Amino acid sequence: MFSTGRRKRRKSSPLPGFDLTLGYAITWLSVVVLLPFSVLFLRAGSEGWAGFIHAVWTPRLVASYRLTLGTALVAALINAVLGLLCAWMLVRYRFAGRRLLDSLIDLPFALPTSVAGITLAFIFGPNGWVGGWFSNRGLPLAFNSTGIVIALTFVGLPFVVRTLQPVIEELGSEEEEAAVLLGASRCATLRHVVWPALRPALLTGFGLAFARGVGEYGSVIFIAGNRPFVSEITSLLVVTKLEQFDFDGAASIGVVMLAASFFILFALNLLQRIYEPRSSTNKRRAT
Amino acid sequence: MSTQHSKTSNEPNLRQVRPMSSARKHAHWSLTSEPPLARRVVVATGSAFLVIFLVLPLIAIFSTALGSGLSAFVDAFSDSDALSAIRLTIVVSLISVPLNTVFGIAVAWLITRFDFSGKTLLKTVIDLPFSVSPVVAGLLFMLLFGAQGPLWPWLRQHHIEIVFALPGLVLATTFVTFSFVARELIPLMEAQGSDEEEAALVLGATAWQMFWRVTLPRVGWGLIYGVVITNARAMGEFGAVSVVSGHVPGLTNTLPLYVQVMYDGYNFAGAFAAASLLALIAMGTLAVKVILERRLPH
Repeated sequence: MFSTGRRKRRKSSPLPGFDLTLGYAITWLSVVVLLPFSVLFLRAGSEGWAGFIHAVWTPRLVASYRLTLGTALVAALINAVLGLLCAWMLVRYRFAGRRLLDSLIDLPFALPTSVAGITLAFIFGPNGWVGGWFSNRGLPLAFNSTGIVIALTFVGLPFVVRTLQPVIEELGSEEEEAAVLLGASRCATLRHVVWPALRPALLTGFGLAFARGVGEYGSVIFIAGNRPFVSEITSLLVVTKLEQFDFDGAASIGVVMLAASFFILFALNLLQRIYEPRSSTNKRRAT
Repeated sequence: MSTQHSKTSNEPNLRQVRPMSSARKHAHWSLTSEPPLARRVVVATGSAFLVIFLVLPLIAIFSTALGSGLSAFVDAFSDSDALSAIRLTIVVSLISVPLNTVFGIAVAWLITRFDFSGKTLLKTVIDLPFSVSPVVAGLLFMLLFGAQGPLWPWLRQHHIEIVFALPGLVLATTFVTFSFVARELIPLMEAQGSDEEEAALVLGATAWQMFWRVTLPRVGWGLIYGVVITNARAMGEFGAVSVVSGHVPGLTNTLPLYVQVMYDGYNFAGAFAAASLLALIAMGTLAVKVILERRLPH
């Protein structure tokens, strides 16, 4: 596969280093990425198809799939709505504290997940600054599925905002001005001019946040309460299986999680292609 | 209702045209903005959301860490387990960050300077670690190097410890931070093109001279940013490292794992003291990002 490429590059590039970097990349990728993945699939399939199904379709696991997908979906939806609002606000409006908030958007990405987990459990817990108020009114925010949604909302926040911001910046006001001059109301302009331009990026951000939420572990386990059938996420069950030395079981759940995140990213790609043939996220990369 | 809105709101807005840093090209900004009330509602909602989710956690970390006084905070780090956790965190990132940096540069060069079949596949494989759950990342190395793994008998015979030891921590960390440098460099080098490198070669530079004097200086800030992000993630990785660590106190607990150990032992002051150190690293990373973003061409 790669040998045909070598002939191709002789035509196109006089630059050195093709053999060196290609050899190095393939070797390193094989050791760090491909070899581990092949062992994962071998282990998951070691007891055949029936064994695999038996390992991944227990009531406790199915409950965890439902919970993980459900909470990740809700959190991604919250992020899509509030993330769109925040991105719009940070790019278009000027207000005190804007730069500070803008630079803090990446915090969930830079903060270790265990730190995020204990901090969110502290704030939204029954005695916390925010959780205490809700808890007194009979609405506990932590140690249930709401807590998981809170943690996943935190974790997914940068994905939506940072995907949308460059697109909003690129969005020239010319088209909006034209709409206004042609007599469109602000609402109509937002709906027919701005919204179609933002939709692909919003979808991408939503998908990234959703995929990230499905695999999240560290920030969730501290705030979830981790009760089986109620607030136990799938990635925690992988760890539980490993602690019980059930390596095959852990590998099987790992394959399910991999499949889930690939399915989400694949569906996202497909949706992009059907929905809008010209993706504006690619456009911004080029500039 | 909506048409009325635009009519009544456009008039006063025309006088509100303010010079804005990113609005060079928007001379008639007021025509294309929301009514003042809507703006206020949006700013209030958005700010409240961001303050609760981003500002409050930072305040919580530092106020809890320093809540029992400065001496208690200092005491939290005199513990030998805490010190070894800090040391281990630094060692792990000192190994995995350079590995990923060299790899990132090589792969970015390969992808942006040559056309070859399998390039799309290569890009996908590089992004793979990014889209995998950290727990699954740790699991991969447990299956490969752990007891019951295919290499286990050989490793045991030669007394090589990988999981529950430093090499496992480094591998898991390298895996989860795999693509950050490359992801940062690829769009940058793509945009820059290879004209200057070709010129250097034509003028008689050797390949390494071209690399050190042309390629590297040109990607400078982008590379620094990639390294800083990689380092933050390497020092802060929890899920993947947690799986391969085995949690041997004083030996295989990195700082993020130490936070969990303290927290599970109800030592909240200790947990938040360690957390505040990691939060400082995270905030430093954000600060570097803000500074570098001003230098990077957009």
